[in-house]
Amino acid sequence: MFTQIFFCYCAVMIIGTGLLAITMRNPVHSVLMVLVLFFHMAGLYLTLQAEFLAAVQIIVYAGAILVLYLFVLFLVSLREEVLIERYVDSAWIGRIFAGGLAVALIGILPTFILGEKGNWPLARVQEVTHTKAMGQEMYTTFILPFEIAGLILLVAVIGGLVLAKRNAADPALQTDEREIQK
Amino acid sequence: MIPLSWYMILASILFAIGVCGFLTRRNIIIMFLSIELMLNAVNLNMVALSHFLESMDGQIFTFFIITVAAAEAAIGLGIAITLYRSRQTVNVDEINQLKG
Repeated sequence: MFTQIFFCYCAVMIIGTGLLAITMRNPVHSVLMVLVLFFHMAGLYLTLQAEFLAAVQIIVYAGAILVLYLFVLFLVSLREEVLIERYVDSAWIGRIFAGGLAVALIGILPTFILGEKGNWPLARVQEVTHTKAMGQEMYTTFILPFEIAGLILLVAVIGGLVLAKRNAADPALQTDEREIQK
Repeated sequence: MIPLSWYMILASILFAIGVCGFLTRRNIIIMFLSIELMLNAVNLNMVALSHFLESMDGQIFTFFIITVAAAEAAIGLGIAITLYRSRQTVNVDEINQLKG
């Protein structure tokens, strides 16, 4: 009973903050709404006995990714952003499409059938603890994807450095200099 | 005990919210944020299914999705900064140089 009330609270908060995040005028408020959403998502992971993922959700999503978003938001000028129109001209097409998608996704749910059960019943996970169970799977069955994930992170580090670096050959900066010379 | 369908309905709604934000907002950073919402909806589905199927695969996949989301945020926001430097705007409907 308590878990169901907790689930309903988390669901209402997730939908509410999600809607607020995509409608609020100030992008910083949107990011803060998504932060609240991620915390409730971690709460839902706890109801599914996935403690390690709940911790990762808070550390990586709330702690790293959203902070990156906030930094980038502060780098672009927000003053005019809060004054101008926040939706594209044909926003209603997007809203109709998203509404239809939600109806379609929920509509096909009753036809969904669960597949075969795996070899990690809850009792076994609780016996070895969730983190250890995930580690065992990750370093045995999924060792190749794990190393590819490391490669993807390396690409992201190099890509972020290259993209954010100011170099003299940047055409945008050259136009700036020309304008200054005028 | 919470039935599986509750999680899947919540994930569907959250995914639709993400799609709506991606299609309607002008600010490219909010569009990236909507992609994060969609990824989170998929993550919730994965963890719920993995719990009810008594398998670890879905949770491992969620772990990789979080990794890729971090990489995507780093690259995407780097592109957003580059875009802002060259065009002084982050609004996608003003970036129309490729429009015929």
